[in-house]
Amino acid sequence: MAGTDNGVDVETGIKSGITGDSAPAVAKPQDANDLAGLEAGLDALDSVHVARTSLRETLLRKTLPPVIAVALVLVLWQLLVWAEVAPEYKLASPSDVWGEAREAWFQGTLLDYIWTSVSRGLLGFLMALAIGTPLGLLVARVGFVRAAIGPILSGLQSLPSVAWVPPAVIWLGLNDSMMYAVILLGAVPSVANGLVAGIDQIPPLFLRAGRTLGATGLREAWHIVMPGALPGYLAGLKQGWAFSWRSLMAAEIIASSPDLGVGLGQLLENGRNNSSMAQVFLAILLILLVGIAIDLLIFSPLERRVLRGRGLLVTR
Amino acid sequence: MATETATTAEVAGNTEDTPAVTYAARVEHVSKSFPAPGTSGGQQLVLDDITLDVAPGEFVTLLGASGCGKSTLLNLVAGLDRPTAGSIGTDGRPALMFQEHALFPWLTAGKNVELALRLRGVAKAERRQEAERLLDLVRLQGAYGKRVHELSGGMRQRVALARALAQESRLLLMDEPFAALDAITRDVLHDELTRIWRETGLSVLFVTHNVREAVRLAQRVVLLSSRPGRIARQWTVGLPHPRRLEDTAVAELSVEITEELRGEIRRHGRH
Repeated sequence: MAGTDNGVDVETGIKSGITGDSAPAVAKPQDANDLAGLEAGLDALDSVHVARTSLRETLLRKTLPPVIAVALVLVLWQLLVWAEVAPEYKLASPSDVWGEAREAWFQGTLLDYIWTSVSRGLLGFLMALAIGTPLGLLVARVGFVRAAIGPILSGLQSLPSVAWVPPAVIWLGLNDSMMYAVILLGAVPSVANGLVAGIDQIPPLFLRAGRTLGATGLREAWHIVMPGALPGYLAGLKQGWAFSWRSLMAAEIIASSPDLGVGLGQLLENGRNNSSMAQVFLAILLILLVGIAIDLLIFSPLERRVLRGRGLLVTR
Repeated sequence: MATETATTAEVAGNTEDTPAVTYAARVEHVSKSFPAPGTSGGQQLVLDDITLDVAPGEFVTLLGASGCGKSTLLNLVAGLDRPTAGSIGTDGRPALMFQEHALFPWLTAGKNVELALRLRGVAKAERRQEAERLLDLVRLQGAYGKRVHELSGGMRQRVALARALAQESRLLLMDEPFAALDAITRDVLHDELTRIWRETGLSVLFVTHNVREAVRLAQRVVLLSSRPGRIARQWTVGLPHPRRLEDTAVAELSVEITEELRGEIRRHGRH
């Protein structure tokens, strides 16, 4: 019980320190205003002010380093081309790839390639979201469902979704629904698992607090569980998108048919068939750029907003 | 007594039919056991035959050393757990405040309060105004739009108090709500809680291990013994409010209760 005694001692110690000069007669009951003033003072002393960094600083610290890194890679690439480490048909130069991109741009096909794939990827991802979210909620909250399909769901994440391309082609034929099936099989487990992980990480105190406030059943899921799990859920979405995009590229490379239109995967495969290394490089770069752009434009801002709102964003 | 079945709290809805509720909380012969760690099927008795009434508008502190089961008792009264034996009745569903503020970090201070209102069924149009009124009551006028991490420890507990008040319960359960605060802030919050208790006419059941805190706040101090928790002794504190920690009368009673508490703790060293 030493803890309690110490607590009391410290308390009175501080008190006498404060009222020390105002003499032995300890100030008797403060009136209400006095208490309000005291409280306002404490609040002002204790409050945390979070300052946001300026635009210039952001540019300097966040944008400059990756620009330098990309420039270095380009320089290295060009040096390798000049040194002729590989014949031209194996190693296209940066300017060749740039020329290929310009040509596609002026033919008006560049954006078509990108849009074909991106629209497929995003639509597939949205479907994965619509299926994975209730699935994750069920797995996390219903013991029987978790025991039944939890391990399978985690296992599916490690199954490369490219493995689904052959059966999907056989079942659904060479069409868009086959693409979507492959995307779903790749992304749904990630979305669901992310939500399960997010829910498992909610501090039990929040659930208890919610229950004392009267949040049970669906109201608990909506007001406490989903917002509490949001950081983990977002991480799952991010991974789900990456898996969608990868599965889609695999499907586009393997299954090409004139009816399907040319997406980035087909562009890559066409490049190989035409022995055009510049086209192959361009396709790979575009696939990478789309992945980065979606992350940068959608997921990172979303994640930052959620974490900043909760005071979880540590500025390094 | 072990054969007695546990009956749960009367729900807010049916209190209308039973108008003569003369208590805010009634705990009758309540015992609670948990599976003992390390043994298979063994039971550890945490609370033993507790009988305790909290009258409407009364402020009661539950005092005890570690392991006396005071938090367990509070959870039982809150309805978060069920007693092994005995019965517990409350006048409506009680509000509960924890040692940690337990505010939801994805909501602002004001929205935390509004969530309690919303779950109570308050219409959307009235929520904002009511939340502002409650924040006013705990003297956090400007804090409506503040995020939880932007508030100090004392401010967070005041928002938590406002959220608990938003439940409009007649009974407020507090589980060492100020234990994690610094001494100065805690002292101010004691005054604040006393003021709000007197303004609202709430019943409060307040758990603490701090003797002076118990004496300073309560009308009645209930001392629990440890392992198993039993009611060891009760004191009625007739001192007028506002009280100060430094008051001689508070100090004298604290000394007496501390002696008793130490005696209870010493008993455990003998075996």
